[in-house]
Amino acid sequence: MSDPVSALKGARHAGLVEVRETGLGGMITLRGDLDSDAIKSAVKSVTGADVPALRKIALGDAGAAAWMSPDELLLLVDYAEADAVVAKLDEALVGTHYMATNVSDARACFSVSGEAAREVMGKLAPVDFSAAKFGAGDFRRSRLAQVAAAFWMDDAGAFHIVCFRSVGQYMFDLLKVASHPQSAVGVY
Amino acid sequence: MLMLHCPFCDEYVEETELQAGGEAHLKRFGPGSSDDEFHDYLFTRENPKGVHFELWRHINGCGKWFIAARCTVTLEVFGTYPANCTEPPQWIKDKISEKRPGWTWREFAG
Ligand SMILES: [Zn+2]
Repeated sequence: MSDPVSALKGARHAGLVEVRETGLGGMITLRGDLDSDAIKSAVKSVTGADVPALRKIALGDAGAAAWMSPDELLLLVDYAEADAVVAKLDEALVGTHYMATNVSDARACFSVSGEAAREVMGKLAPVDFSAAKFGAGDFRRSRLAQVAAAFWMDDAGAFHIVCFRSVGQYMFDLLKVASHPQSAVGVY
Repeated sequence: MLMLHCPFCDEYVEETELQAGGEAHLKRFGPGSSDDEFHDYLFTRENPKGVHFELWRHINGCGKWFIAARCTVTLEVFGTYPANCTEPPQWIKDKISEKRPGWTWREFAG
């Protein structure tokens, strides 16, 4: 077996913020009736998290669950565990209408941290990043410049970004430009 | 800048997160229909001065389709609602009637 490597092998950049490609992340697309007990207990059993509320991410001891749409969650788990988690979901959801797919290798993950994190994100996404509108635990699907992305904020105020692996280099370059030391706006 | 409320995300989203899907509430005429019906289904579109219904997709977001009721003259948005319905729901008809009494659009009216 070849060793799995992430899109940019942990590339880093320091500017207005610290940008980091955060390596391989286990990601599972789970679709189904999010209000059903079957989905709720299946999500709980594999991540330890509850089914998240609208545009939220819920953390558990073995992963996290993020709200992608009214019938879709993104489950974040250990990269090495993703296939086993899908198998568990398949077992738990027998007989229900659902879909669980390991999409880990289709994705790249980044973090944006530092004082100017909101501002750097705000340069790239058509989203209100003021503290009143976007805080820890909030999750949003949107676009960063020209490509689709999903992101959330953690308790430390850092953003975590997920995008397609095929645009990983573009995403890193975007974040680099947006965090150029001489490009401070000071809006947030 | 156009912002529409995505009824699925419960969020006002900017136009660049959206994809325009053309006229709403089209009834499909496929196999078994007459040539005229098929022609109208494919090509005949409303071009109203006033109340209009459009399909939009939250493509850089939840991915769902919704319908926006708008005024083509003032660009006022009356409201948005999920696209899984064959005619505008009563609440949006009422809302439009408040502002444009006597409005009609295709076979629909306030
Ligand atoms: Zn939406």
